[in-house]
Amino acid sequence: MTAAAAARRRGRALSLAGWGLPVLALCALIVVALGTGRYGVPAGDVFAVLGAKLFGWPSTVEATVRTVVLQVRLPRVVAALVVGAALAGAGATYQGLFRNPLVSPDILGVSAGASLGAVLGIFLSLPVAAIQGLAFAGGLAAVAAVYAVGAAVRRHDPVLTLVLAGVAIGAVLGAAISLIKVLADPYNQLPAITYWLLGSLASVTLGDVGAILPAMGLGLVPLVLLRWRMNLMSLGEEEARALGVETRVLRPLLVAAATLVTAAAVSVTGVIGWVGLLVPHVARLLVGPDFRRLLPASLLLGAGYLLAVDCVARTLAPVEVPLGILTALMGAPFFLWLLASGRRGWA
Amino acid sequence: MLLAVENLAFGYGARRIGADVSFGLAAGEVLCLLGPNGGGKTTLFKTLLGLLPKQAGRIRLDGTDVAGWSRARLARSLGYVPQAHGALFPFRVRDVVLMGRASRLRAFASPGPADREHAERALSTLGIAHLSERIYTEISGGERQMVLIARALAGEPRLLVMDEPTASLDFGNQTRVLDQVRRLARGGIAVILSTHDPDHAFLCADRVALLHEGRLAALGPPAETITPQSLERIYGVAVAVVPLPGYARSVCAPILSRS
Repeated sequence: MTAAAAARRRGRALSLAGWGLPVLALCALIVVALGTGRYGVPAGDVFAVLGAKLFGWPSTVEATVRTVVLQVRLPRVVAALVVGAALAGAGATYQGLFRNPLVSPDILGVSAGASLGAVLGIFLSLPVAAIQGLAFAGGLAAVAAVYAVGAAVRRHDPVLTLVLAGVAIGAVLGAAISLIKVLADPYNQLPAITYWLLGSLASVTLGDVGAILPAMGLGLVPLVLLRWRMNLMSLGEEEARALGVETRVLRPLLVAAATLVTAAAVSVTGVIGWVGLLVPHVARLLVGPDFRRLLPASLLLGAGYLLAVDCVARTLAPVEVPLGILTALMGAPFFLWLLASGRRGWA
Repeated sequence: MLLAVENLAFGYGARRIGADVSFGLAAGEVLCLLGPNGGGKTTLFKTLLGLLPKQAGRIRLDGTDVAGWSRARLARSLGYVPQAHGALFPFRVRDVVLMGRASRLRAFASPGPADREHAERALSTLGIAHLSERIYTEISGGERQMVLIARALAGEPRLLVMDEPTASLDFGNQTRVLDQVRRLARGGIAVILSTHDPDHAFLCADRVALLHEGRLAALGPPAETITPQSLERIYGVAVAVVPLPGYARSVCAPILSRS
């Protein structure tokens, strides 16, 4: 079977199943996630609790189960869905914009900037909301700095300039983080800092998720509206312009949108690597590179992936494993397999 | 005159690459740009396409100065065909061709049935409708070049700008591309293309422009501009230009120095 025939079949299979099947699968995963943990809850009880909450169904489920499902697990599940979707969607955007499949949402220093903000907040013993606010501001400020450098150095390939500026500024931010770690109180602050840098959904509340939703929604709007033009952006600056695309308007807009989404996500969970790098690859394998399908596929897959990983994180060991460790452990081998399988065009 | 270039000076930033370039191009005409590496061919094209700001002079389309035109407005008239390249992502050929419609669509719009029809027509015009469902990264270099021409055609341009469309193609594919250039010109599209092979000018051009050190060394019909003297002057090597018996054109053959 030729690759073209395979691609055709892949396309047909997807249009047959449509988006209904993946969405259903995600819903099933949500029910499983709500029931999974130290205190197991059967799926039937999960449905009963959700039904009572959402539609006012009469319910005989005991209060403890209700608390576990709604108070303990629901915030985490919602956070995993939102953050996973955000990181994957931003990753797909960055990979297209920077024409590099090795690019992830942290390429322009979002994660490094957010980390410095959060680490600074922890070091100054600020309240949680202030730490998150600092992380968010740090992420945006880092990307703004990278972009300013990129704009100042106009002579070269603008995309390459941006990426290199991102690397350099990321290094400076990393040094600042290390400095604060050295200065931090080793019994109190250092563990908190380390934990934040590894990423976790353990302490996320529904309030946190609610607080970042506006920023995420705002960031998602340009990505959705420009979903077809994103395809042209992946041709590179000159070709896209020659085809009539105002890249000098669209590129900053799309970078800002993807950055906003990433910074919002990272500000509540800490750094969760590999999701934004890996999930778009898998999405591209499934639906092809057309951003009109790649974006929704990445969002769905990202949400499902992080939810699944978070389930593993809280059931694997008696002590919860930080998410960032798991995403790296699972992501890196898969990525190496992608590399070794030598897929042309990074399908 | 569809395109009129008057005393154009071009370059990167303050650095000047070329100056005093003037020529015109009518609908259905093929202009072949010849010149050594570094002579300014690519820079001239980028300036024509509005990718680089011009340093001086004027570019007119149908008598209207294009200064200040939006990217989309310019792209609706000028179709750009880059050298066949390997795309990064494995788009399907029809999706690549569909991208040529960008200049005809509003920023937030996605292509509709009418756009898909334009893309399909462009593919059939070039005789590559069978490639439509193939993956762009998996077809040959010659096929890719045809797809990129189709992409430009899908935008319904009046003028095609082709930057070395025959570079890195094998002998057969070079000829096929030049054949298509001729056919498109017969259909009323004006074409300006650059090449490294003076024979290509004999094959497909109505007029030839020799670009040497940023200036036009000659401009006119191939038979008048491509001579042993002019080629030796711009390339610095001896060339024989001899009539091809049975065909109304000449061929060029370089002559090695005997030392």
